[in-house]
Amino acid sequence: MTNSIDEIEFTDLILATGTNTTENHPVIGSKVKRAVRRHGAKLIVIDPREIDLTKYADIWLRQKPGTDVAVINGLMNVIISEGLHAEKYIEERTEGFEALKKVVEKYTPEYVEEISGIPAEDLKTAARMYGSAKSASILYAMGITQHTTGTDNVKSCANLAMLCGNMGIEGGGVNPLRGQNNVQGACDMGALPVVFPAYQQVASDEVRTKFEKAWGVSLSGTPGITVTEVPDAVINGKVKALYVMGENPMLSDPDLSHLEKALKKLDILVVQDIFLNETGELADVVLPSACFAEKDGTFSNTERRVQLIRKAVDAPGDAKPDWQIISELATKMGYVMDYSSTREIMNEINELAPSYAGITYERIEKEGIPWPCPSTDHPGTKYLHKDKFTRGLGLFHAIDYIPPAELPDDEYPLILSTGRVLYHFHTGTMTRRAKGPSERYPESLVEINPADAEKYGIEDGKSIKVATRRGSVEARASVTGRSPEGTIFVNFHFREVAVNLLTNPALDPIGKIPEYKVCAVRIEAA
Amino acid sequence: MDDKILLTIDGRELDAKPGQTILEVAKEAGIYIPTLCYYPGTTNVGACRVCVVEVEGARTLVASCCMPVSPGMVVKTDTERVLDARRLVVELLWASGDHNCLTCESNGNCELQDLVYRLKIEEPRFKIEPPGYEIEDTNSMIQKDMNKCILCGRCVRVCNEIQVNEILDFSMRGSHARVGPAFDADYIDSECYFCGECVDVCPVGALTFKQARFEGRPWDIEKVRTTCTYCGVGCQLDLNVLNGKIVKVTGNSEYGQPNQGSLCVKGRFGMDFVNHPDRLTTPLIRKNGELKEATWDEAYDFISEKFTAIKEKNGADSIAGFSSARCTNEENYLFQKFMRAVIGTNNVDHCARL
Repeated sequence: MTNSIDEIEFTDLILATGTNTTENHPVIGSKVKRAVRRHGAKLIVIDPREIDLTKYADIWLRQKPGTDVAVINGLMNVIISEGLHAEKYIEERTEGFEALKKVVEKYTPEYVEEISGIPAEDLKTAARMYGSAKSASILYAMGITQHTTGTDNVKSCANLAMLCGNMGIEGGGVNPLRGQNNVQGACDMGALPVVFPAYQQVASDEVRTKFEKAWGVSLSGTPGITVTEVPDAVINGKVKALYVMGENPMLSDPDLSHLEKALKKLDILVVQDIFLNETGELADVVLPSACFAEKDGTFSNTERRVQLIRKAVDAPGDAKPDWQIISELATKMGYVMDYSSTREIMNEINELAPSYAGITYERIEKEGIPWPCPSTDHPGTKYLHKDKFTRGLGLFHAIDYIPPAELPDDEYPLILSTGRVLYHFHTGTMTRRAKGPSERYPESLVEINPADAEKYGIEDGKSIKVATRRGSVEARASVTGRSPEGTIFVNFHFREVAVNLLTNPALDPIGKIPEYKVCAVRIEAA
Repeated sequence: MDDKILLTIDGRELDAKPGQTILEVAKEAGIYIPTLCYYPGTTNVGACRVCVVEVEGARTLVASCCMPVSPGMVVKTDTERVLDARRLVVELLWASGDHNCLTCESNGNCELQDLVYRLKIEEPRFKIEPPGYEIEDTNSMIQKDMNKCILCGRCVRVCNEIQVNEILDFSMRGSHARVGPAFDADYIDSECYFCGECVDVCPVGALTFKQARFEGRPWDIEKVRTTCTYCGVGCQLDLNVLNGKIVKVTGNSEYGQPNQGSLCVKGRFGMDFVNHPDRLTTPLIRKNGELKEATWDEAYDFISEKFTAIKEKNGADSIAGFSSARCTNEENYLFQKFMRAVIGTNNVDHCARL
């Protein structure tokens, strides 16, 4: 997030797009609802599904899945043509406005209605609302990113925010809501193929020299491959060994049949986890880890706040914290890692990651600190890009709408969108072993619009078969207006209904994220 | 508007900001006034009347949680008249419910119990007449016993004003009044999202965490503050631990950002996995197609030999690693360091995209 969680409650307007936040980050969802109910904020929801937030919205734009760039260009078209953009801000703090203006010219509300199905008048109303707010916060999540145009979608959100001077101000910003406890921190720590900790490029000689000196080895400058590129690399024989820590790709990754083929082809698969999950079942070696309650360390939340976790109970049997396992394996392989505590590791991070330099365990004992925090006397950064963008001038990207990779046709006439439900988390390894949440949501349900249900002879609560070009699953139907006509929604928590057998592995060319929110699907009563 | 307001509480001269209540000013000054229905961050309703104080010139005792301070106000918080009034309120609350501390899950963590003790009430002057409601025992997360409810309304207000889930409200009137979801439905039959904040704020034993019942008394339980393991909000919470087991999870508004004490169903009721019998407890190595138990040394040797051989034969880039958005910063740091410095490849990524 460019801005803090706390600011959401006190801003003038919230635009929530592609985020079902009340189910995926319920405490942020509450802040949005408080902003509306208690502090009079306006709320615009842009989402194909009738998520709970639509009940609180001043206006809900129900777009067709995968039309985000067109919708945001449409909002900008109205804002510019009605002169609601922040001219002075654009002139002083940004570049590339003329190119943007030219591209959005053709995205008139009427043209956007053709693409997205959003009534032109509604688009105008929402644009005027956003354009006239004193401070407006854009919230988004995987509904924006999990598309072959995910990067374009995010850039479009940034365009809109800059257009109205909403970047670098209290209550503004472009705010991705992260779905996992430490996805922010995993990125910050350089668990990415192109960067060292704190986003320092592996391709930079200067950066590599710094890390070579610190770690006492020579390092490769060749960028690595992403999670989503690994299956093909295995099939092509380029990758022979895979070490998986705390992940369950055999339920979470697209096109599982293809992935399974790849994992089985490996010379060695090492899986380190707290349960023997679907991926572990294919492993050659399984290493038992301690869970969050059994170890010390830090997580970085979605607002970049680095917070402590503390050991409360002992790990079962011989299970060990992941940091100990990695250290012992490294030492066994001839590279000594002899950390006696996580605090010692953080000291090393402080030395090498400039944005974490001032974040010590002592300082975050009572309250976490959001990075950048360059020194131990720095208070941390509540919101980014104040007075000046990190790159200097904020850059507008002129972006055209591109449709999703796989659209419905005669054979597969509907759209499949995937995501989560309130009561479960990711591949269900934890929540499905929790009594309460499982009692509330015991089995996977396929959400389908009543009109589609009627068309395909499907009854509420009855079993249906859902198939794409890649596979099929069976589950009971939940006939509900939450799903728009022509789109079904399936969660990915249940191994019995492994929806990623169905999903399209088509990737965003830059972000390498799969298009989980749109693929073509066929349904029939089972 | 920024003018300070000068007033006197229990003989102490204090200054306050306009709009502050007597209770808020007293709390800041460390002057004790008991409360039951008051809950910070929600509307002050003045429902329970245990916070009454004497204000010079006022016709009656006033509820300090609702009364804004005014210049020159003279407040007394512990006169006999005030204490008598509080005793009466507490005795009536005691008498109108089934407050049997022997069996109550909230024994030792009950604000009514504390008040009875503090006000030195031996027994109520009124006949104890519990309403005789059936205990709601139909879900595995929240147990509701309306016989212990003092109708303070905290649960209703946090549900509507803090979580804004808009599930709980009062129904019926007078001595028949009760709290619950619409149409008097059980929690499980309502739209409730089971954030459990109503239970966290209940001052008595009316709402309790079902799975924690009979698992340990409050004074035996250790609270360990940590960060939630589920989504990216990073809620601060207390794991309530006894005998090496997580008994329940509670919020704490004093921890401040980012969640000010609020939690959701996963953080609150999703921790059964920690102590689950399915947990992996020993390394496993595949032999003849089956995963067999092994020692750590055997596992490390196996991996080390394989990785080294593959690296020598096919180069470091033939090995890839998936780090984890579930693990700590320190572990992610070490994992990428392992892949880069020990293996020698940048083939390291994690599930941010999924």
